[in-house]
Amino acid sequence: MLGVVRQKMLGQSLPKIRPVVSVLRSYSSAAKQMTVRDALNSALDEEMSADPKVFLMGEEVGEYQGAYKISKGLLEKYGPERVRDTPITEAGFAGIGVGAAYYGLKPVVEFMTFNFSMQAIDHIINSAAKSNYMSAGQMSVPIVFRGPNGAAAGVGAQHSQCYAAWYASCPGLKVLTPYSSEDARGLLKAAIRDPDPVVFLENELLYGESFPVSDEVLDSSFCLPIGKAKIERVGRDVTITAFSRMVGHALKAAEILEKDGIDAEVINLRSIRPLDRSTINASVRKTNRLITVEEGFPQHGVGAEICASVVEESFAYLDAPVERIAGADIPMPYAANLERIAVPQVEDIVRAAKRACYRSVPLAAAA
Amino acid sequence: MALSYLRSSSSRSANLLRPLSSAASLRRPISTDTTPITIETSVPFTSHQCEAPSRSVETNPSELLTFFRDMALMRRMEIAADSLYKAKLIRGFCHLYDGQEAVAVGMEAAITKKDCIITAYRDHCTFVGRGGTLLEVFAELMGRQAGCSKGKGGSMHFYKKDSNFYGGHGIVGAQVPLGCGLAFAQKYSKDESVTFALYGDGAANQGQLFEALNISALWDLPAILVCENNHYGMGTAEWRAAKSPAYYKRGDYVPGLKVDGMDALAVKQACKFAKEHALKNGPIILEMDTYRYHGHSMSDPGSTYRTRDEISGVRQERDPIERVRKLILSHDLATEKELKDIEKEVRKEVDDAIAQAKESPMPEPSELFSNVYAKGLGAESFGADRKELRATLA
Repeated sequence: MLGVVRQKMLGQSLPKIRPVVSVLRSYSSAAKQMTVRDALNSALDEEMSADPKVFLMGEEVGEYQGAYKISKGLLEKYGPERVRDTPITEAGFAGIGVGAAYYGLKPVVEFMTFNFSMQAIDHIINSAAKSNYMSAGQMSVPIVFRGPNGAAAGVGAQHSQCYAAWYASCPGLKVLTPYSSEDARGLLKAAIRDPDPVVFLENELLYGESFPVSDEVLDSSFCLPIGKAKIERVGRDVTITAFSRMVGHALKAAEILEKDGIDAEVINLRSIRPLDRSTINASVRKTNRLITVEEGFPQHGVGAEICASVVEESFAYLDAPVERIAGADIPMPYAANLERIAVPQVEDIVRAAKRACYRSVPLAAAA
Repeated sequence: MALSYLRSSSSRSANLLRPLSSAASLRRPISTDTTPITIETSVPFTSHQCEAPSRSVETNPSELLTFFRDMALMRRMEIAADSLYKAKLIRGFCHLYDGQEAVAVGMEAAITKKDCIITAYRDHCTFVGRGGTLLEVFAELMGRQAGCSKGKGGSMHFYKKDSNFYGGHGIVGAQVPLGCGLAFAQKYSKDESVTFALYGDGAANQGQLFEALNISALWDLPAILVCENNHYGMGTAEWRAAKSPAYYKRGDYVPGLKVDGMDALAVKQACKFAKEHALKNGPIILEMDTYRYHGHSMSDPGSTYRTRDEISGVRQERDPIERVRKLILSHDLATEKELKDIEKEVRKEVDDAIAQAKESPMPEPSELFSNVYAKGLGAESFGADRKELRATLA
């Protein structure tokens, strides 16, 4: 079996010298660099400039310049009518945002973190997601709910949950999870332009990370399609799906796996709902092995849905059971060592990929 | 004022201009008579943090007749819905509004279709007040294609966006922040119009209401919160649910008015006052003292938590339709027979609409997958057995 893998590697050694964009980002001098924070800020700025119906609402988005500085400068540029600081009342202001969307405005409602969205979840689901259906098309809801999602660093159990699986299970919502600056710009612009309610899950730890951005990405008309995943790294041996911060981990894992002769294909999901099942399945049909990676709780998670989809559509192509890497099945602990093992690490992804390639036996294998 | 109201109510104006009977043609037709009459409300308004409007309300024969006809129509419609529910043609939840008609009708008389209304699930009559047809009501209740939501919504989810009626909401209290959002959008768009967000005494204790009211007051939104206090939140009387059932005062820094919700003229006066206030000074609360004859819904007999004497007492003393009937008769604006004829006409309209609604087919199975999104992007959706039933969303 080892011989088979080495043969595959030799066959593709030349094209593989072309590096993955994000791996080289610290060395590139030609492409422009942009942080995710600036990407989001510029996207908001451009969409507010293009459409007077777009307005921003949330805690500290105005005078404070944004809790994470995502809305920096927007109050000054667009004024207090369009950049609204709200009291700490998520149910109230999320409902007001949905009502404004009913009337035809295009609100961008910020949750300081998505943990606080639970205060407002009735409005996201029952007032926003279901309205177009219940009204047979009369009441579309062109709203975006955005904010940081998932674990930060040392913020504890109540401030670390990933909501991708919860929101993505709900028909009527679109759920987006940008990774790079290109993703952040293109997906946020698409979300604001979209006539349906979009849950836009950012990640606090990505805000400060820089990515190269082409002129096309920087153009104000740049937009990414909703519902399409991106293959960040083409590979032959195993498919790794990931979203948000975990894409970075998956790419690092792919570099490590490459040294061991495993050529991983990394898919950046970008869109959890609609989920790009066809890209995922096409990849698995090529590689025959799948690792799903997510930060959130494992039970009923995004990986579970992807696994089910692959089993339903591509069962005959699987050469190994699907492996799931997810956040630990516990509330997030505070102590740094515990937090580290509560969240997927690069070595977890590497280990799972090797298992799927029959390269190692898991520690916890039952007797 | 009444004439412009007449013109704005499209489907009913045609009926109103038709003379009632041959005897009436001898008199000046009351249906178009806009000679002003001033009538006193049943009780004065009670106010909180504001000066109450006068209890002398300006009206005219045409308006009073419209009140009578519209309320009779609504009453007949709700009674008919009761029968349809018992005949199992209506399923699930069905919350009837009979007794509360004066609120819907009085409100419409004070506002235009540019103003927004949003309410909870007791929405059939509010929908009709906004211009919805009987066919749309009955067909929706029976889950048919001719329904206002094409059969996809049901009793609690009536909408009529083209006359700024935003539903029809099943989650108690949610409609209040939504209504404040509508008011926000009206102000943002500089539309010079207001939103009436209706809720019950049960919903009046919801936290999100106070969150939305706080923001509305901070941002001076033209939001009018209307508590339709029928004194029972499902089976719980107001004194068991609210430490302070003075709902018009619950806004604290927000002014409020307590109104006899069984008096359509009082409702009209209060709504007119509230609209003027809201456009200049931001939110205001109206508490409509009203009553529902039916239980909370068709599953509730409505007599386990209140006495039959109480229900019949209100019907005797305060029925909104009887009040207007007495006004019309005492001011000699129509004869008893003419009013009875209107009731007969209205009954026939309702029966015809039901017959037509029964003819309307149920939605096509493909409608299962329509309107999930406004823009489906070719996403896939699935039935119970996804190998058997799946669709691409347009």
